[in-house]
Amino acid sequence: MSTSTATLTTRPPRRALGKLIGLEFKVALRAPVGLVLGVAVPVMLLAIFGESGAFEKKIATTSITYRTEFVPILIGLVLVLIALVALPIPVVNQRESAYLRRLSTTPVAPRWLLAAQLAVDLVLAVVAMVLIVAGDVLLFGVHAPGQWAGFILAALLATLALFALGLVIAAIAPSAAAAGVMGTILLYPLLFFAGMWTPRATMSPLLHHISNLTPLGAAVQAMLNAMQGTFPTIGSLGVMAAWVLLCGFAAVKLFRWE
Amino acid sequence: MALAANIFRLDRLTRAHFGSMFAASATAAADAPVAMPQERSLRQPVEAGPPIIEVSRLRKTYGSTVAVEDVSFAVTEGEIFGILGPNGAGKTTTVECLSGLRARDGGTISILGLDPQHDRAAIRECVGVQLQEGSLRPVLRVGELVDLFASFYAQPADTDQLLDLLGLTAKRRAFYRSLSGGQKQRLSVALALVGNPKIAILDELTTGLDPQARRETWGLIESVRDRGVTIILVTHFMDEAERLCDRVALIDAGRVLAMDTPVRLAEREGGGNHMRFQPSGPFDDRLLTALSEVNDLEHQGSRVVVSGSGDLLNAVMHALATVDVEAKDVQLESATLEDAFVRLTRRPTRRLEGGDGR
Repeated sequence: MSTSTATLTTRPPRRALGKLIGLEFKVALRAPVGLVLGVAVPVMLLAIFGESGAFEKKIATTSITYRTEFVPILIGLVLVLIALVALPIPVVNQRESAYLRRLSTTPVAPRWLLAAQLAVDLVLAVVAMVLIVAGDVLLFGVHAPGQWAGFILAALLATLALFALGLVIAAIAPSAAAAGVMGTILLYPLLFFAGMWTPRATMSPLLHHISNLTPLGAAVQAMLNAMQGTFPTIGSLGVMAAWVLLCGFAAVKLFRWE
Repeated sequence: MALAANIFRLDRLTRAHFGSMFAASATAAADAPVAMPQERSLRQPVEAGPPIIEVSRLRKTYGSTVAVEDVSFAVTEGEIFGILGPNGAGKTTTVECLSGLRARDGGTISILGLDPQHDRAAIRECVGVQLQEGSLRPVLRVGELVDLFASFYAQPADTDQLLDLLGLTAKRRAFYRSLSGGQKQRLSVALALVGNPKIAILDELTTGLDPQARRETWGLIESVRDRGVTIILVTHFMDEAERLCDRVALIDAGRVLAMDTPVRLAEREGGGNHMRFQPSGPFDDRLLTALSEVNDLEHQGSRVVVSGSGDLLNAVMHALATVDVEAKDVQLESATLEDAFVRLTRRPTRRLEGGDGR
């Protein structure tokens, strides 16, 4: 054993974060929940919808085709599946199995592991979103967003809002099974108000109003605006930002490491 | 205590103190299918030198529950120091305060001159911890976990050497979830040591392991100590403490009840010896209870258990010989750490003796 004294280096080596992220990528391939649910399923849906002629129809009295509307809706699907299902369950598992606690006895704090996992899930989400937009634009003739900056800003805020919501689940779920149930329960209303089953334009005024206040309703509206060349409204961006702050604050307040 | 444990002890006792004189009567014991334990080495307890760990009047409460009332002890460099006690005694809370996992409510702790509460980063660098429960990531391989944890430390141990020491080299590519209980435990010890710590805190090291794996783990701990690591061992297994620990602190209800070497603790607090035999014929109990060496006598079916001190065996054999009764299947049991434990903690016992009313 070396005779390193306690007062020497007390900062964890930088290579630790690299190792943590590298291993999380391996885990993402070995237990590919996020990869299958969050990337493969939405991309598969994209392909199915792409082949369906029904998606050329315009929604109600609007000039928007179903195919266009489903670009942001599929992005919303990616985000709920990755942020609400794939993200919280492993985090809760690691708390339940005292792995986070084990890490807090080392120079590396467990928040580093959480950061590594968020980074990997974020990469999966970005890959899926890029595949959806690229597929729709390149293969199925959807117009590229006229307002790229607005589109990316809207997608970013939606991602942050959903990840923060996923972290709230991770914070309050007493068990991994409970986290799975909570994610699944939230998934349906979020996707409903995004217009997955009833396009927002066909919703009753009350439902439409509620939809505007949900993170994915606001996200779909903002991204549609950007696709049609107008910058998203302050209203829809503000709703998403409010969700980011609200859920982010709740997650930080409520998160338990053991 | 279990019969097997008695036989086991007689065997040790016979070899240690009675030699061949008593061997004939003890054949049943000698044939017992218990693996021969390595006799506790005769090394001197490490008591010299300045303490590497000093705990003074430690106190920790959770709400209105007092987990640790008043615990003080000091550990010398190179020692294996045992913390013993029944479930809920405050053992784990004590070591959690040592490793900086919990903030104490009172008292002082000094580890290598550092305070775990204020110098958390430094403590984590030089104290390796094995937690009582918990598991690692099931989908990571043994080698990945060891390399990962090594990357956390400024001056990690050589991971190849470490895996070799723990007999895990062949398992390097195995997933954590595929390991046996003993292998998981050894990996857990490896991760506690991978940072080249000066001190290792091992909580419930062998709980849930089969006897073979327990013995292997014990040997491992000794070799770790031989590398210069000071070890705090939390356990409720008395045989483990007797085998491994230089000194033990017996904790109950958040207080230290006694602290000494296992042998001295057993002698001082264990309550004398017990002799158990099958008389060849009836005899008057008073024949034995009158002996100054005998404190108590109890019948267990056709067997007789005599408790006492001094040269109990000779006194009883001699007295029985005067009435032409032979003692068969004699089993002798000296006071053990477990006896001391049971007496000090006053829990409902599995003991076979009537006791001296204490």
